[in-house]
This record gives sequence, structure tokens and C-alpha cells, in this order.
Amino acid sequence: MNESALLVAATLNAGTVLALAALGLLLNERAGVVNLGAEGMMLCAAVAGFAAAVHSGSDWVGFGAGALAGAALAALLGWLVIWLNTNQYATGLALTLFGTGFSAFIGLPYTREQLGPRTSYDVPGLSELPWVGPALFKQHPMVWIAIGLTVGLSWWLGRSRSGLVLRAVGESPESAHALGYPVRRIRMAAVVAGGALCGVAGAYLSVIYTPMWVEGMVAGKGWIALALTAFATWRPLRVLLGAYLFGGVTMLQFHLQGLGVDVASQWLTMLPYLATILVLVLISSNAAWIRANVPASLGKPFSPGGA
Amino acid sequence: MFRLESRPEPSRWMVLASPAMALLLTVAIGTVLFVALGKDPLAGLRMFFWEPIKGGHAWSEIAMKAVPLTLIALGLALCFRANVWNIGAEGQYILGAIFAGGVAMHATPETSRAIVVLILMAGVAGGMVWAGIVAALRDRFHANEILVSLMLVYVAEMLLGYLVYGPWKDPQGFNFPQTITFASPTQLPRLMAGARLNVGLWVAVAGVLAMTVFLFRTLRGLQAQMGGMAPLAASYAGFSARGTLWTALLVSGGLAGLAGAMETIGPLGQLTPHVPAGYGFAAIIVAFVGRLHPVGIVFAAVLMSMFVIGGELAQSRMQLPKSVTGVFQGLLLFALLAFDTLIHHRVRRRTKEIA
Repeated sequence: MNESALLVAATLNAGTVLALAALGLLLNERAGVVNLGAEGMMLCAAVAGFAAAVHSGSDWVGFGAGALAGAALAALLGWLVIWLNTNQYATGLALTLFGTGFSAFIGLPYTREQLGPRTSYDVPGLSELPWVGPALFKQHPMVWIAIGLTVGLSWWLGRSRSGLVLRAVGESPESAHALGYPVRRIRMAAVVAGGALCGVAGAYLSVIYTPMWVEGMVAGKGWIALALTAFATWRPLRVLLGAYLFGGVTMLQFHLQGLGVDVASQWLTMLPYLATILVLVLISSNAAWIRANVPASLGKPFSPGGA
Repeated sequence: MFRLESRPEPSRWMVLASPAMALLLTVAIGTVLFVALGKDPLAGLRMFFWEPIKGGHAWSEIAMKAVPLTLIALGLALCFRANVWNIGAEGQYILGAIFAGGVAMHATPETSRAIVVLILMAGVAGGMVWAGIVAALRDRFHANEILVSLMLVYVAEMLLGYLVYGPWKDPQGFNFPQTITFASPTQLPRLMAGARLNVGLWVAVAGVLAMTVFLFRTLRGLQAQMGGMAPLAASYAGFSARGTLWTALLVSGGLAGLAGAMETIGPLGQLTPHVPAGYGFAAIIVAFVGRLHPVGIVFAAVLMSMFVIGGELAQSRMQLPKSVTGVFQGLLLFALLAFDTLIHHRVRRRTKEIA
């Protein structure tokens, strides 16, 4: 019985990394910008967050550093794709390739570093409950923050005036421009904020989840997060559910091994990647549904005045 | 302040100048990086731009790396021109190596040399299978090819790991994760004594010629590019978008698989978990820096090989981490994309604010 409680706890933990990153990418995409640089941003943020946590001794400083690193790289991407109208796919790929190399480069001194003793975040009283306690109430606060963020973002996008403006920029930049909204600045803000969220996800990975820095440790989570936004048809609450689903698949491999399932570890490690492909196939096979949900200007550059 | 103004016509001069400017900017940033690390920047530049081309042996090593990069980038250029975003060439390369290794393992010292052809064909088939999955899922289910091709890279890595740690492990290999060393008839013939360069060079040259003809002299090539540039016009002309998708992916997958096969029976001689060397990703940069043009790709591949060898030299002689190569590769692509803006735009001083 306790085994299943631990699986739930681990699922929420793994899902939080994916949820934070996917929410950031959702914010980008709702404004009309595809960010293929998520993997690179998360790697750089992971090493920045880890380094900051090592030097300051505070996990939260680590998250802040991760957010800054993610935001800075996203700003670079935003400047290129929004102001210079470069191809969004190629630019995002460049960011991922650069981030992979750069994080390995600056992270070298930190591969042998360790973080101090980890704080436990047991909720007094509740964490003592049988099953529910170890499953839900021994989580890092970031797990709860991610849930709150999802609800907040969902409300903001759907119910607030500024959220509506952001969606307008993503659906029809021409109309938003005609109404006098600064389309490119709004897109830039969304890209930077989304980058910061990806950064927090990267820092959570290296500071809390693993916790250590290993070259290339994001291992495709940025790409899986990108797939999650389509899986969730660009809705925050579905992103969170999808993230937990994938977190569960990721965790399943360790638990299957623990249960003595006799399969080579490589087959189990493949699971999240195969699951991503499967989900993409399932979700995309209904082309009309995707078309009805995808932000209409996704991936298309916008120049005021048609320049 | 400055602002961008569209050019009435794309600047032909900038098409060629942009890669050169991007390289200069990368070198400038690299110099700053060396200084910041307390290393002699001149020595650093020499490692990257002089040592790798010093002498015949050095050129042989450059060509060794430029051959797979060129082959993979040729296929990617076709894909990107056709607006098919295959970024999983690394996985197709691995599958090519696996298929090639599967055939090569069965060779004995008495096997005919003709097996090399069979091995290379197996490699092409392996790459095509992997890219074919991407094409099928995109064609049948509209699944995004960027994500599917990339996910398949991880799956390919795991598959290779499973084989070399499991059923294909050399029983006499002291439990190292590697296959047997393939029998000597499988070896790609070398071009000269004393250097590792093999007939792969001629394969790459043939690939460049074939892709040039295909892109610029055949209807199929025109159809593929038109499908990328003007999909509506292409469908009005009756060109099949599905045909373009399958052609682009199968050709690029086959070329990546061929590169993987040649690496397997060339310098490697066996399968290990270290088969994936990042050629598939570096080739994306090669394709763009080479302007998606077969001839440009050759120059870009040589440049990228210099980066890789320079990175190895900087590691052994200047105690710099090898990952510095990845930093320069990423920077180069970034700089190129930024400067490419100048092909279609020119910079003007802003005289008065336009609402």
C-alpha cells in the first residue's frame, strides 16, 4: 500500500517539472510564439539554479536564478523572432543547441558539487495520515505553487481583460494592432514570462528533483512539455493533468523495476518518449479539433504595417 | 534609434555575406570567452582555425568529420526547403548504424568484400525506417514531425543501449557494452595509407552532385521546394504535399542512415553506446550555415569539423572543456539567423516616429 503512496508522491513531483515548463510554453504559444528552445533554456536554468543554490545555500535563490536565466535566454529568442522576424523553428533550435553546449560548459565545475541537507516540507498533522500523508503532504511547496499557478493562469487567460488581450495577440495580431495594442511588446512580455517559468522548471529539476547537476539532465523534458501544450489544446488545467500523466509514466519505469518486472531498463526508459509520440498521434488525428484550438497566428511573424 | 526597412528585393550580397559576418561575430564572442576564462585568445583561435588544417593528416581528419555532416545536412536541406522539420537526424543516424552493425556482425574473415555494399544499403534502410515512422505519423495522423522525430532520437539511443548491453554484447568483451569488432572484409576501403580517410569522401561528393541535380534540375525537386515556399501554389499546380513529405523524410533519413553505416564500418569498427556523436544535431547548423545549398553545405561542414577538432585540441592542450564546441556551434547559428534579417531588410536611422 505504501508503495502506491510513494508512486503518487513521485508522480506529482515529476509532473511539477513538466507542468511548470509547459505552462511557460503555453503562455508563449497563446501569444503566437512557438519556442523550440525550451530544452536549452531549461538546461541553462538548471545549472544556474543549481549554482545559485550551492553558493547561497537557499533553494529559493536557486529558483530565482533559474527564472532569470530562462527569462534572459527567452528575451534573446524573443528579440530575434519578434523584432527581427527570424524563423521561429530555426531560432528555437539554435537556442536549444546553444543552451545544451553552454550549460555543459559553465556547469563543469558543478558536476561534483552537492547541495546541503534537504529540508523536509511535511505538513504538520496531515503528513502523519496513513497513505494520504506520504502521498500528498510531504511535497515541496513548488508542487502546490504549480497547482496554484495553473488555476491562476487559467483564470487570467479566460476571465481577465489583460488575458483576453494576450489571446487576441495570439489569435489575430492584425486586429489587436488595429485596436492599438502593442503586439510585439505583448508578445515579448509573454515570451520572457514563459521563459522564466521554463527556468523555474529547470531549477526545480536540478535543485529539488534530482538534486544535482549532470550534463544534459533535462533529457527531453523540454520537448515533452512542448508536446503537452498541444495535448492540452492550450488550456492550463489540461496541461497540469497531462503533466501528472507523464510524470506517472516517467515514474512507472522505476516502480516496475522495483516490483521485479523483468524487462531491460532501456525499454522502460523509452516509455515517456513513446508515450509522447502516442499522445501526439491520438491528439493530432482529429485535425479539425486541433485547428479549432490552436492559437491562429502560432508561429507566424507579425510586423506592424505589414513590413 | 534604428529601424528595419524591407528591401524591395532580397540582397544577393547579404546571402553570402551573412555567414561570414556570423562567423566573425562568433570568433569575436569566442575571443571574449577565452579572455574571461584567463586563456590566451590567440592560442585559442589557433586551436580552432589553424591547427585543424595544418598538414595533410589534419585535412584527412577534417574530411572524416565533414563527410557525415555533409551527407546528413544534404537531406536536412531538402527537408527544410520543403518545410518539413525533421530534427531527428541523430536518431536516423543511430538506426543506420544499428542496421549496418546487424549485417556486419555476421561477416567472417572469409566473407566477400561485396558485403560493404550490403552493409551500406542496410544503413540506408535503417535511416529510412526511422524517418518513415515520422512521415507515416505525420501523413496519417498529422502528428507534428518536429516532436516525433526528436522523441525517436531518445528511443533510438535506448534501442542501441539495449542491443550493446544485451543481445549483441561481445561475449569475449570483458562485459563492456560493445559488439564484437567486425571482421576485416567489412572495413570501408581507405583512400591512402597512413590516414583514416576512406571512400566515404567519394560518397559525399556523389551525394552533393546528386542533391544539386535533384533540387535544381528535376521536377520532383522543384515540387518539394515549391511545397515549402508556396504550399497553396503548389497544390494549385497539382503537386502532392504528401509526396513531398515522404520524399523529404525518406531521402534525409536514408542519407543520415548511410552516414551512420559508414561511421560504423569506418572509424568505429563495432557498435558501442558512443555511436551517437551529435552529427545529427550539428548537421542542422551545417544546413543553415550552408544556405540549404549543396555546395554551401560542403563549406559549412568543413567549418563545423574545424570547430569539433578545435574543441578536441582545446581540451587536450588548453584544458578547456570539450563542450566549448557546442557553445560555438550554437552561437554561429544564432548569429547567422540574426544577420539573415539583413537579406530582406536594411537598417535605417529612425528620423521620425511613425505611429
